[in-house]
Amino acid sequence: MRNYVSLLFVAGLAFLLFVISGQLDFGAAPMLIGQAINQAAPEQVGAANIVTSVVLGYRALDTLGELAILFTAATAGGLMLGRARAGATHDPEAGFILRTAADLLFPLLLVVGLFIIVHGHLTPGGGFQGGVILAAAFFVPLLARPGTHFDHASFAVVEGLAGATFIVIGLFGLVYGGEFLAPLLGQGEMGSLLSAGTLPLLYIAVGLKVGSELAGLMAHIAAYEAVDS
Amino acid sequence: MADWINWVALLAVLVMLAGAVAVLLLNNFLAAVAATSVVSLGAAVIFVLLRAPDVALTEAAVGAGLSSVIMALCLRRLGLWRIPSVTAGVDDEAGNS
Amino acid sequence: MSPPDLGAILFTGAFGLIMIGILGIVISTHLVRIVLSIVLLETGANLLLMLSGYRPGAAAPIIIDGVVPAAMVDPVPQALVLTAIVIGVAVQAFMMTLVLRLRSVYGTLDIRELRARLERDLAQEAGIGLPTSDDAPDVAGVGTARAQGGDA
Repeated sequence: MRNYVSLLFVAGLAFLLFVISGQLDFGAAPMLIGQAINQAAPEQVGAANIVTSVVLGYRALDTLGELAILFTAATAGGLMLGRARAGATHDPEAGFILRTAADLLFPLLLVVGLFIIVHGHLTPGGGFQGGVILAAAFFVPLLARPGTHFDHASFAVVEGLAGATFIVIGLFGLVYGGEFLAPLLGQGEMGSLLSAGTLPLLYIAVGLKVGSELAGLMAHIAAYEAVDS
Repeated sequence: MADWINWVALLAVLVMLAGAVAVLLLNNFLAAVAATSVVSLGAAVIFVLLRAPDVALTEAAVGAGLSSVIMALCLRRLGLWRIPSVTAGVDDEAGNS
Repeated sequence: MSPPDLGAILFTGAFGLIMIGILGIVISTHLVRIVLSIVLLETGANLLLMLSGYRPGAAAPIIIDGVVPAAMVDPVPQALVLTAIVIGVAVQAFMMTLVLRLRSVYGTLDIRELRARLERDLAQEAGIGLPTSDDAPDVAGVGTARAQGGDA
């Protein structure tokens, strides 16, 4: 009975959404701000990747809020799981192939993650994508050898420093540029690595923060003891 | 030129919706997590067709990579995917599923 | 055969994913399946948000070798969806930690059982009686007015 009512509700919602979407033009949405940003961004910000100039220039405050959400979720998850008991059970070590592959993958993932973070203003990429790859880089060896000691303290220090760096750069923008998180340091030549002012620095801070946060959260989950019942 | 984009989009949407229905219908939870990553990959293909390489990269890395790892790890801890674990001297029941 | 309309396909995909996600949340009885349905719902919502930025015949908003493309798609929805995806995975990880704690405290992941035991625990903590309805059938012996409708 409950299932049929839910199906009816979902069907009604689908009908409502389809009627609304019939009124929308796909491909001719009436928003003008995107076109204005596309015209102005190459001269104003100087980054070859216009999405980066939106994420870290025009809507940098939203990125700061997003970092706050990530911090809250990771901290709450860590609090929820509690500290690992000394002498707790853990999974057995993985086989030879997995251990060797994890050892080989760690430097590769580190390099790829840092490359994507640092080139975020030139090619598709940036702090979030590179940060996720960095988190995977630190977590894969933990999957291959469960029970190895994961230094939560140093990762927490990196996360805190990276978040503070983002805010400090923003405060410099407030003092020297007139607005919080205003891009500074000149624009440089578009397409080269040292272009777009403080945007690569902001993305490096974002990447390190996201990477260390997600790695710490996953290490907490991995160290959590399974309850056998 | 524009024609094959429509067909690729249709294929990606069909794969995505089939994966989504499979998440609801599969009994094995590990298979349901794999179906979720199939949905993420279909969404990443659609993002590429919508001329958004940044978003496609993020969706592929996060949805098909990190999210599946987190879900699979939590399934292990929840006991929905058992492997024998190592304790100090106590033998656990073996069993894979 | 003429190709189907791109807008119709993509809107169907996004709405279908949202519908399946909502259906999964409402129907499922296992907590992990509810979490997976929330993941589907988030993916569908991100896809729907991205659809608003597309311009036919336009290029990606990236300047290659100093050549600015004539028409570019809207970069603002892309920037918003970028952060939304990463927020989504952080919230998923937090949801799974909640599920882990529920499992270790209550030992079950069935939401019907969880709901009953949570209500009982909360009523016990607050010192009040369980919330019951006047139409509920009397458990022991002769009942009052019996309620219609089964439970699924």
